[in-house]
Order: sequence, then C-alpha cells, then structure tokens
Amino acid sequence: MSDQPLPKLSLDYKPLLILPLLMLAALPLVGSGSTWVTLTVAGLAMGMMIFIMASGLTLIFGLMDVLNFGHGAFVTLGAYAATLVLLPLAGWLAADSLALNLAALALAIAVAVLLTGGLGWAFERVIIRPVYGLHMKQILITMGAMIVAEQSIIAIWGAEQIPLQVPQTFRGAIVVGEAAIEKYRLIAVGVGLVVFAAMFAVLNATKVGLLIRAGVENGEMVEALGYRIRRLFVGVFVAGSALAGLGGVLWGLYKESLTAAIGGEITVLVFIVIIIGGLGSVGGCFIGALLVALVANYAGFLAPKVALVSDILLMALILLWRPTGLYPVAKR
Amino acid sequence: MKRLLSGDLPRSRVLAALLLLILFALAGAPFLFSGARSLNVAATICVFVLLAGAYDLLLGYTGIVSFAHTMFYGIGAYGVGLALNGMGPSWWSVLAGLLAALLLSSLLALLIGLFSLRVKAIFFAMITLAVASAFGVLASQLSDLTGGEDGRAFKVPPLLQPEFRLTDGEFLGRAIDGRIVTYYLVFFVALALFLLLLRLVNSPFGRVLQAIRENEFRAEALGYRTVVYRTLANCLAALLATLAGALMALWLRYVGPKTVLSFELMTDILLIVVIGGMGTLYGAVVGATLFILAQNYLQALLGSTAALFSEVPLLGRLLHPDRWLLWLGLLFVLSVYFLPTGIVGKLRGKSP
Repeated sequence: MSDQPLPKLSLDYKPLLILPLLMLAALPLVGSGSTWVTLTVAGLAMGMMIFIMASGLTLIFGLMDVLNFGHGAFVTLGAYAATLVLLPLAGWLAADSLALNLAALALAIAVAVLLTGGLGWAFERVIIRPVYGLHMKQILITMGAMIVAEQSIIAIWGAEQIPLQVPQTFRGAIVVGEAAIEKYRLIAVGVGLVVFAAMFAVLNATKVGLLIRAGVENGEMVEALGYRIRRLFVGVFVAGSALAGLGGVLWGLYKESLTAAIGGEITVLVFIVIIIGGLGSVGGCFIGALLVALVANYAGFLAPKVALVSDILLMALILLWRPTGLYPVAKR
Repeated sequence: MKRLLSGDLPRSRVLAALLLLILFALAGAPFLFSGARSLNVAATICVFVLLAGAYDLLLGYTGIVSFAHTMFYGIGAYGVGLALNGMGPSWWSVLAGLLAALLLSSLLALLIGLFSLRVKAIFFAMITLAVASAFGVLASQLSDLTGGEDGRAFKVPPLLQPEFRLTDGEFLGRAIDGRIVTYYLVFFVALALFLLLLRLVNSPFGRVLQAIRENEFRAEALGYRTVVYRTLANCLAALLATLAGALMALWLRYVGPKTVLSFELMTDILLIVVIGGMGTLYGAVVGATLFILAQNYLQALLGSTAALFSEVPLLGRLLHPDRWLLWLGLLFVLSVYFLPTGIVGKLRGKSP
C-alpha cells in the first residue's frame, strides 16, 4: 500500500497551448519574420517583468485572501530606491566594463529589494493586520495607503521625471539575421526566468513551499496541524513586496525614466494578469503575464488603436472561456 | 415630509439641522452668496451629492467596491458635451447626447456586471479599475472625437447661456441670467434624483441590497437571486452617475479627461462616501458638502501654512498645496479604521 505513489492531478495543458498558438497566429499577420522576432522578444521581456511584479500579489491573495490594491506602491518605491544607487553611481553605469555595470545593478536591486521588503513587513503589521477577512475594508485601506505612498514619494523625490540609464554593456541591440533584439530585454527575460524557476522550486520542492501551497488550499487545516500560519503570511507578504520592488527596478530601467505614477499604471496591468491567470495561481500568473504582454506588442504593431484596449479584450475572452481565470484555485 | 424622505428621517437633531442648513444654503446660493466662485462651489456640491449618493448605493448599501463610477460620470458629461459640440446648442442635442450616454452606460454596466459580479466582490473591484483606466486612455487618445487631453468646450442651449435674461429687472439684487437658470436646473434635478435614490434604498429592493451586504449567502438562501440584484444596483448607480455627469457638463460648458474622468475624482468620491458615512445617503450630502468646501477653501489655507514652513526642508514640501491628496489619503485611511460609520453614523449614535 505504502509503495504506491500518491495519485497525481493530471496537468491541465490547454492554457499552456495558448502561448505558442498565439505566437504562430501572429507570424502571418505581422508578415516579416524579423519584425516578428523583435516583437516576440519585446513581448516576452515585458511579460517577464510583469510576472515578477504580479507573482507576489497573486500569492499574497491566494494565501492570505488579501488583495493589496497598494501593490503598485511597492513597484514605485522599488524603482525610486534604485535611483538612490544608480544616480550616484552613474559613473559605474557609464563605464564600459561588465563587472562595474553588474555591480551597480546588483547593488541597486539589493537596496530596492531590502527597502520594499522591509516596508512590506511594516505594511502588513500596520495596514493589513487589522482588516484580515474584511474584503471591502482591505480594498479601501490599501487604496488609501497607495495614495499616501505615491504622494509621499513625490514629496520626497519631487514630481519631476527622473531619467534612468541602462548600464553601458546592456545598451544597444544584438542583430540576429535581420531581427534586432535589444540586449536589456534579454536580461529581463533572463531575470524573469530565474525568478520563475526559483519560485517554482521553492513552492514545489521545499517544506515552506509545501506549507504555502497547503495554506492556499486550506489555511485552517494548516493551522490545525500546528503550523503558525501568521509567520507564513508575513514571510509571503515580505517576499511579495520585495518582488514588486525588483520588478520596479527592472521596469524603471526598461522605461528609462521614472515618475511616481509608474506603480499606479502598472497596477492595472498586474490586475488584468492575475485575473487572467486565476487569482492565487502562480503558474497562471506566468502565462497570463506573457499573454498580455505579447498581445499588447502584436496589437501595438498591427492596430495601434486596438492596442489601447487589447488587454481588456483579452481578459474578456479568457473569462468567457474560463470565468475564474486559466488556473482557478480550488476554494475561490 | 415623511413620505418625501421615504420614511428615512435623519434621526438626530444635529444631523437634521445640518441637512436643513445645507438644503437652504444650496437652494438660495445665488442670492445668499455673491460671486461666480461661490455659485460654482454650490453647483459642484449639488452634482457631487448625487454622484456620491449613487456610489453609496453600491459601496454602502450593496457592499461592492467599484472603481468605474467616474467612467459613467464621464460618459454622461462627454455624451452631452460632444452632442452639444457636434449638433449645435439646442435641447435636442442635450436629449440625444443624454440618451446615447445612458444607453452606453447601462450597456457597459451590464457587461461588467455579467463578467465579474458572478464571482467575487474583489473581482468586480479589479475589473472595474481595469475597464475604467482603459476608458480613460481611450478618451484621451481618440482626440478626433473627444478633443484628447484638451477636451471640448461647447455652447449650451440659449436658455442656459450667461447672456440670457429671464426678466429685465433684478430679483433680490441679482439679475436672473442664464447661469442662475442653469444652477437651478442642476439643483432641482439633483434634488429630485436624490429623493428618488432615497426612495430606492428604502424600498424592498433596497432592503435586499442591504441583506446582500450583510450576508450574501443568507440572502441567496432566502430565495433572492443576488447576482440579479447586484447587477441591477450596478446599472442604477451607473445611470445616476451618468445623469450627474450630464449636469456637470451643462454647468461647466466644457468636458475634458482631467475634469470628468481622472482617477483623482474616483478617490474624491470614495473619500466623500467614507467620511460622510457609508450606508446612509445623508452621509453623501454631508460628505460632499464638507469635501467640496474644503477643496475650494482649505487648500488655499494649506498653501499659506506651507509658506510658513518653507524653510523646514521636508515639512514645507509635505504641506505644499499639490500634496493635498496626501493628507486626504491619510484622512481616508484613518477614517476607515476609526470612523467606519462616518460623520452621519457618529451623529446618529449607536442606535441603528
């Protein structure tokens, strides 16, 4: 009896098929192969960055049943925190040396992640803890906190746009055949894949991951088995906030300029992504992010006016197919 | 009187006095206060009472958070504005624009509701946020139709134009011009719609909405189709917001994304409803009045305080009038925690 492996859930492969199908369908529409490669890489890079920002939010929702409307504030804060390093170290960034470039970037990311993680910890204690289980208050409070955070950032850093520089070695593009691929986009894809792989590994191969997944399915049962789910909450919230900060750094560099509205703008996109993916599902969030970004890039090329609402249309289509998102989490 | 208020009396002397004061001040605004600015403030209060009241139908009575309320407000304003701009200043264009706007609003509200109200309240909040922001982008990008960021100025029907005179003489020391006619149009339409709202929330329909807010599962078990009720509430709130937008367009004689579609407007409405008191329409009245007054007169005060502290590095910038939203946000968060029933709830005391 004990030798038999536990029965496994069969993999729901249909959502996985959408991505390659979408890419293939876009190829004849775009027409030229090199443009298609450029658009696809741009879409993947954008999607990876959105995934980094959205994954924390969806996990927080899945585990804690808290929807943080202030998630965008962490994105903004991460990007601004990075400027603390990137602006004084502009020399390192401009230098034509991979080591110095990477050092500056790593330092910026470290500062951003530490700051947003720390703030996430405080945010959970002060803002979220009194309103566990009260959805309406959560929405109102986190929205209010978002406004306060955004305005404080303007008060501290000023309302002017801050220009950001991509490190020297990552500037420009690699030309493959006729397709030009920006180097920074490849970096973004790389970082995104690393984050996804790390998350996947933590969630599926460690005890903490097992507890988190169990908490998403049934929090009360995890508590009844003697685990302190509160600690798990705090940990996931901090990690989620730090991921938002990391996403903010990448996104700010990608845009090459920074305003305090960056978080608010991205919040909408992040929401669409986690709705498409199914609230609480990390895998769904990954596919959703790539879908949204690819569609936005293709639509931007094929029909710029449609691109303004392409994400909403995509969301509507997905919800018509699966009303609770691609990978609905069982209990919600 | 009791029938007019649909049996929903203020139930607090202070509140009743406050409401009467607001009513009389608004009714007599053109004659009580001088100057174009105070009349503008009064008209804005009238529109916002209606707008916030309609929002309270969703937030306070049904317990769902929508971020698309300004979208419907904007549809109303743009509908009337673009019609007047395109078809000339006649009542027919007002009517045509209004009907088109109401149609579009109810259609959108229905669609959003069907997509998201089936699932969870939280879903609805996210989807309305997404749709509203897409709509805002559309309005500012389709500049051939909407005038883009600049918006569109237009002429209102002759009766409402400032040059118009109702009578030759003066009444209470003031010439009855088109502005005053417009003001009373705004005032009476807003008042009538407010009383309608009051009727609505105190009807059996309104009771079902409150039942859904308190315990959705039980409401459904009692045999009410909660999805239908919530969708209906969403559509009604959307229609009323559209009407409020149309009134605002007639008053301002201008529509633009900053004035009728901006996200700040949405936070203003949230703040008005939360501070005034969720789940009571009088909260919308008190909240809107206080908020608009503060916005018009307190902001200047903040500016002068900022000048005092301009030497202190961070404090000066924190008190800058542009950081108005920061203090509003703080006030908002604090009132959600410590004043969940708002000013009206406080005045009414514990008794429900």
